[in-house]
Amino acid sequence: MSSEQASLHVDIEHHKESFISKYIFSYDHKMIGKQYMITALIWALIGMGLSWVMRIQLAYPGQQIPIFETLLGRYAEGGILAPEYYIAMMTMHGTIMVFFVLTAGLVGTFGNFLIPLQIGARDMAFPLINMLSYWTFFLASVVMLLSFFVESGPAAAGWTAYPPLSALSSAIPGSGAGQSLWLLSIALFIVSSLFGSLNYIVTVLNLRTKGMTLGRMPLTVWAVFIAAILGLLAFPVLLAGAIMLLLDKHLATSFFIPAGLYVGDALLSYEGGSPILWQHIFWFFGHPEVYIVALPALGICSEVIATCARKPLFGYKAMIASLLAIAFLSFIVWGHHMFVSGMNPFLGSVFVLTTILIAVPSAVKVFNWLTTLWRGKIHYTPGMLFAMGLVSLFITGGLTGIFLGNAPIDIQLHDTYFVVAHFHFVMGAAALFGIFAGIYHWFPKMYGRMMSNMWGRIHFWLTFVGIYLIFFPMHFMGTTGVPRRYYAFTEFEYTMQYGGMNEFITIATLITGAAQVIFLVNFFGSMFFGKKAETNPWKAATLEWTTDDPMPGHGNWKGEIPTVYRGPHEYSTPDGKEDFILQTDSTGFGKMDKE
Amino acid sequence: MNHDAVLEQKKIMESEWGGGKAPFGVSWRKYMMWIFIVSDAFTFGAFLAAYGLFRVTSAGWPDTYEVFTAFPFIGVEAPMLFVAMMTFILICSSFTMALAVSASYKNDRTKALKFLGLTILGGSIFILCQVYEWYHIIHDGATMTSNPWGVPLFSATFFMITGFHGLHVLSGLILLTITALKVKRGFYERRGSYEGVEIVGLYWHFVDLVWVFVFTFFYLL
Repeated sequence: MSSEQASLHVDIEHHKESFISKYIFSYDHKMIGKQYMITALIWALIGMGLSWVMRIQLAYPGQQIPIFETLLGRYAEGGILAPEYYIAMMTMHGTIMVFFVLTAGLVGTFGNFLIPLQIGARDMAFPLINMLSYWTFFLASVVMLLSFFVESGPAAAGWTAYPPLSALSSAIPGSGAGQSLWLLSIALFIVSSLFGSLNYIVTVLNLRTKGMTLGRMPLTVWAVFIAAILGLLAFPVLLAGAIMLLLDKHLATSFFIPAGLYVGDALLSYEGGSPILWQHIFWFFGHPEVYIVALPALGICSEVIATCARKPLFGYKAMIASLLAIAFLSFIVWGHHMFVSGMNPFLGSVFVLTTILIAVPSAVKVFNWLTTLWRGKIHYTPGMLFAMGLVSLFITGGLTGIFLGNAPIDIQLHDTYFVVAHFHFVMGAAALFGIFAGIYHWFPKMYGRMMSNMWGRIHFWLTFVGIYLIFFPMHFMGTTGVPRRYYAFTEFEYTMQYGGMNEFITIATLITGAAQVIFLVNFFGSMFFGKKAETNPWKAATLEWTTDDPMPGHGNWKGEIPTVYRGPHEYSTPDGKEDFILQTDSTGFGKMDKE
Repeated sequence: MNHDAVLEQKKIMESEWGGGKAPFGVSWRKYMMWIFIVSDAFTFGAFLAAYGLFRVTSAGWPDTYEVFTAFPFIGVEAPMLFVAMMTFILICSSFTMALAVSASYKNDRTKALKFLGLTILGGSIFILCQVYEWYHIIHDGATMTSNPWGVPLFSATFFMITGFHGLHVLSGLILLTITALKVKRGFYERRGSYEGVEIVGLYWHFVDLVWVFVFTFFYLL
């Protein structure tokens, strides 16, 4: 044990825990991880509710939905959602899902919960700023939630907040106070992410237990580690952009506002700014953000697949290398979001090349998963089902990514439902499946009880089939040019033909959403009434399953932190008594130790 | 177990990292500061890149040698002299900071305190100079939305970048003051390591380095 860890250990033992220090301002990385998880789940429900509102509007435009008026008040007077608030609901849905559900639900939850447990540390390097990280995130959540209740409604410029819509307070209702709160909330979120990333990186580098080399770290830790580096480099750029946008909004600078702009009939006095600059800044952050979300999900997927297929992960090193390659490439592909923004075609072709290159490490991952599954002794636990579902969604969404990465095809498909289908598969649903896989897999370690496998499987099938029913038809709409972000498809003949399909998608959305109740009941029910878990219910080889209790306390291990002797995913070992060897198993090493 | 497997295991054993000690012999505290600096550099990088774009795309960007000519008490116009002096003072404060770190590692508390004090003094003079410069060009009529020299974004980027940097200097001064108090009260001596002084030093050097870039790109070029 290092001196740092020793002192931390002493701190913990002398630390009397009151309700507030244990459950609210907790320094324990596991509690902070759970706080992130519960907050993300609450946000997920809100985000899903918003998607229901949008889908109902798209399926039944112009019809009075009385419950809308009850729930949304002035945003839906007479039960009809107003167009300017449709776009606000869409903006908030995107923002909530990307930042508050997927980022917090993956990096925040599993980064905090798993890193110290899986590398053999008592806690994060700096528990205080870990706690601050969560509470800054909480503050960002509160500010974002407040923006629903301001006079002019929440932000309505999309989760990408493109100016001039986001920069001119008078442009639409949502551009006013709602947008300012949005920017403030995102700035707080960036600070929270910075605190988190600093901790994840130094903890992984410095607090590993004896024998835990980088080459023996579980893939989840690798993935979160790399995602933390991405966050560290991408978020500050968005911070700079957000500051400039706030200055544009409140001090009338024109960083992002071009000359000669009219609002109503009045010429605005801005000059010299560039809305395209915001797009560069935003997507320099935005594309790595996609991988900040995706990488931890892929890491969880790798680990769950290896554990539940009872086979060593095929190509462990290739998996790490592909994570690194994806992370590197993610910083030089942002231009593929801007093919129709007026980009030099030569520059565009460079971005096409780098974008398509991402297919290579992504394919490495997919084939390694498939070869890990190949002839494995597969245990169909809910976590495993969601991990395999992730592979399916990742392939479907990844293939459409190759279409969209090509500038000539993207010019046709840009801002159509094809794009909506693409990112909901590869980023939205795949990452969500990563969260579900992680929760089902680590729930026993989080709460010391088991979730119901049967209800988990039912939840999986309803969600998995539902996702395909919702998003697959959108490809067809997109290829015929149905634009995204439209309030209703009642004006043009070529969009009207999809009335039936829109209704179908909406019904699928409602059913899939309702199916999540199964998960919630299973989750909260099992927390209190689930079967007591064993220490290592999945017979997994990694370090977190070696704790003394099924549900470890602060400090994780009661005695010494175990020493690690081998890699993280050793299953189906030919000469072992069981079909797995714990990382702490020193059998076969004893002799050499004495030599 | 076959021979290859034994060899493989032996290799793994030998590659074993002892744990508890950092790979590059750097503590997590110092790592954290380095990593934060990298992150913060990206924020400044974004601001400077935006500035570069505005400058390249705006016709008639003001000539900084005609804008920054004020120098207190001498009564004649001295282009760039004042900001050159500011830069020199800030670089000097980096030098005294390095001396403070060196003295603290030799457990020389008085000397460390002296040089920390000089660093705080240098930083404070820099901030005061910046206040003078801001006061002067605001007096000339520069605002966030317009200025007498033409392109409005000139003054907007000036205030934004130097302001953001100034906030960094200010927070650096607060950190330095806290560190000096800790040195004075023997906090680091009790802990057995003066690393805290070095970590604040890293931050201070970074803030100075950023200024060198701001000075080069905004004033000189």
